[in-house]
Amino acid sequence: MIQSEETIHTSVPCPFCGLACDDLEVRVADGRAKVVANGCPRSVALFEQEALAQPSIEGRPVSVAEAIARAAEILRAASQPLIGGLAADVNGVRGALALADRIGAVVDHVNSRAMLRNLLALQDSGWIATTFAEVRNRADFVLVVGAIEQRFPRFFERLLPRESMFVAGNREVVYLGEGHARPPVTLPSGTVWQSIACGYESLAEIFAALRSLLGNRALQAVQVGGTSIVDWQSLLERMKQASYGVVVWAAAEFDFPHAELLVQAMSALVTELNETTRFAVLPLAGNDADLTASQVITWQSGYPVCVNFAGGTPDYDPHRFSVEAMLGNAEADALLWIASFDPDRLPPQTSVPTIVLGRPGMRFASPPAVYIPVATPGLHHAGHFFRSDNVVALHLRKLVDSALQSTAETLTQIATRL
Amino acid sequence: MLLKLKGGTVYDPANNIDGVVRDLYVQDGRIVAAPPPAQHIDTEYELTGKVVMAGAIDLHTHIGGGKMNIARAMLPEDHRAAPIERTSLTRSCSGHAAPSTLATGYRYAELGYTACFEPALLPANARHAHMEMGDIPNIDSGGYAMLGNDDFLLRLLAEGAEQKVINDYVAWTLDATQCIGIKVVNPGGISAFKFNARKLDLDEQSPHYRVTPRRVLGALSLALHQLGVPHPLHVHGCNLGVPGNVDTTLSTISGSEGLPLHLTHIQFHSYGTEGARKFSSGAAQIAEAINRNKNISADVGQIMFGQTVTASGDTMAQYRNRKLADPKKWMVMDIECDAGCGVVPFRYRDQNFVNALQWSIGLEIFLGVVDPWRIFLTTDHPNGAPFSTYPHLIRLLMDKTFRNEQWAGLHPEAQAASHLASMNREYTLYEIAIMTRAGPARTLGLSDRGHLGGGAAADITVYREDKDREKMFSAPDYVFKDGELVARNGKIVKVIRGATHTVKPAYDRSIEKRLQRYFERFHSLRMQNFAIDEQELYECGSSGLLVHECRKAV
Repeated sequence: MIQSEETIHTSVPCPFCGLACDDLEVRVADGRAKVVANGCPRSVALFEQEALAQPSIEGRPVSVAEAIARAAEILRAASQPLIGGLAADVNGVRGALALADRIGAVVDHVNSRAMLRNLLALQDSGWIATTFAEVRNRADFVLVVGAIEQRFPRFFERLLPRESMFVAGNREVVYLGEGHARPPVTLPSGTVWQSIACGYESLAEIFAALRSLLGNRALQAVQVGGTSIVDWQSLLERMKQASYGVVVWAAAEFDFPHAELLVQAMSALVTELNETTRFAVLPLAGNDADLTASQVITWQSGYPVCVNFAGGTPDYDPHRFSVEAMLGNAEADALLWIASFDPDRLPPQTSVPTIVLGRPGMRFASPPAVYIPVATPGLHHAGHFFRSDNVVALHLRKLVDSALQSTAETLTQIATRL
Repeated sequence: MLLKLKGGTVYDPANNIDGVVRDLYVQDGRIVAAPPPAQHIDTEYELTGKVVMAGAIDLHTHIGGGKMNIARAMLPEDHRAAPIERTSLTRSCSGHAAPSTLATGYRYAELGYTACFEPALLPANARHAHMEMGDIPNIDSGGYAMLGNDDFLLRLLAEGAEQKVINDYVAWTLDATQCIGIKVVNPGGISAFKFNARKLDLDEQSPHYRVTPRRVLGALSLALHQLGVPHPLHVHGCNLGVPGNVDTTLSTISGSEGLPLHLTHIQFHSYGTEGARKFSSGAAQIAEAINRNKNISADVGQIMFGQTVTASGDTMAQYRNRKLADPKKWMVMDIECDAGCGVVPFRYRDQNFVNALQWSIGLEIFLGVVDPWRIFLTTDHPNGAPFSTYPHLIRLLMDKTFRNEQWAGLHPEAQAASHLASMNREYTLYEIAIMTRAGPARTLGLSDRGHLGGGAAADITVYREDKDREKMFSAPDYVFKDGELVARNGKIVKVIRGATHTVKPAYDRSIEKRLQRYFERFHSLRMQNFAIDEQELYECGSSGLLVHECRKAV
């Protein structure tokens, strides 16, 4: 079908970061989408991107049917396949899991290292968490730990607007980390802003100090992370005075060993603050549909990510059953990589045959064994996507007609040829 | 395709059939009258000596949605201890206390269940819950939308909105979330916890809104009554698990003013404060109150000893119980100015005084409530125990000798505090069929389920008669779902998708104008992205919508 007329779609949900803003206006004309209101750099780039969609085998153009046949052949021959990337909508992940169970694959997500920083803390001790509408209407104090805006461009605008149901007076936002000497431009005017500069390597120590101060345990140190104890005490007092405080972070930012211990320390501080007031954590995630994948893997298999189906039952090991570890240990002989949202999510460089179900326009350093361009959920077809708070799922819409197949359809076709 | 189920002993309480030998015929998924003698029978099942009942219906089981998935993610140990192997027919999966969706569907079907109802479906999480239920094979599902802690209703009550507006909002919620009923959890209390309140009694004004839990219960139960929704308000009351809450529960019953109410997991709301340990059984008073008030029904929420996980919308109660977590991890979440959830793993121990008495209290309620049409068999899966313990529970109800043997092993002081051993009642197969089939179907308004009369859906379970009722109910010989044989001898033989039970009461759609403004001004998503339509339900995984009739009160 050729769309010659112009259509304006309103209240469009966006699947290109975990905020999943649903107030976009997208104009579609001649089969092309353009974000005309409430876009951000990520959504504009990924809604509007156009690229040639040509399936290939070893870089050689082929038909979809040939590519699918070759993909099935590779998987059939593999004794330990991997399914990675896994940036797909709910039905795409469902398809990947059905296939994984059948072929005995390890299932992992491109963001699993970041996700596990939160998951390991949840599995070890838990937390008191909150969601977007609570933050928007209740949070009078927000501690942002580490950078978030690049990954979640409209965070301040969407979650901390001027108007709320329950916040009396101005909100206070404290930023802890590198950069951000000045308030972000998207922060609504009237918000009280403070930036405390510190390196990420100091964060665990800072939260340990805050917890000690909260527990009235004496500290020998006069400064922690470059800031005096007096200033930390002042921060803590303001946190204790908050009616509803929130600690926000993006675990993807904490790319250092054992960052789950930092997550655990932040969560523990929040839990302890609840002895007298209300406080909650808001871990930001969801980009590349990482939470979408994790939700579906969890409800179907029982484990959140890094699941191996090779033994006939699901088996979970966050350290062994990752694409990185399996390839690094030469324990895998085929890789199926799924990246239906963002063409920059490239598969790792590996010598094992790689099948890519990806958004058109992926630029490979060397061509994979098979490349099958697939449709993008929320642009080319309807689908489901989980937002950062892990509670709200959005129903993504089809905006543009496309000849491309969805990830789910493609996986089904591969499975029927096994 | 015509099936004949020949010579089974039929227990079909909805049609007053109590252990009568008769043939059943099934055509195109429905139970039909006996065909003319000449008609060709495609398949005949010889069921002489076997017990035939309608497929079982669980009206309160936490099978899917946000809190269960958090429980799963939090508890890899639960899954590692209970792996389920892939077969040529079924997928690999896992889980005991927090089984995966696939494990849930397989195991329920193997036990002879054909429909399950998720009782705590947060409107903000409805889409997620329906996607999980779409991945639960072989059973139909349905949800009760949680209201009563949502800002929109509380502000309606605070501003003294007329009942008609509340009715429209309730009906819109049922429609937008594709649910069959409304549940209230700790009315006003989940919201109050967000304002830093740690308790909220039945007649205490909530923070900010100045609305009492009693007012919330009254408004919601009246709304459902006036809308003609078959299932009454499904109530998880105030003060769950708190010693002395028997008074709250009795006051909730006496304050119902004749309007129907369903009190869920009532075992957790039947505690007194007598004795040296200030914890005692209120079961006798509760059973007596249910017996006297015909507008009240309840499910028990029996506890069983062993490892489980509690997953509840009641953040106030879950936070209160956090120190009892075993293993030592727990989470609580405030959700979308809508509700909340809390997950606390738990191990019930028979040598723990409180746990042992909880076990006795549940059974005392089962045995004390006279009318099996108003008491339902649940463990509040997984909060009291996983649903896989149902066969054991049925044996406890049907076999006094077995029950007393179990009781004799409990904490001695708990034995002294309970009169369970003096209760002689043994449930009959007919009564079990009422409380697990006919009763749930009737209270939910499922006119073509839960019975074996002509025109009913052919959801049928066939058991091999056994004096050991646990054994008998563990592995039915045959389970038919809509006329298809899905399980044989307790093993899955066919995998099918389930449908979704809903109601669609009529309402004035002008409420959407107000909701739309409210969503845009305060919410984190827009109204049109909040609501789920029928087409989307199929994308979630449902095989279809089963809409049940609402009869408006005159």
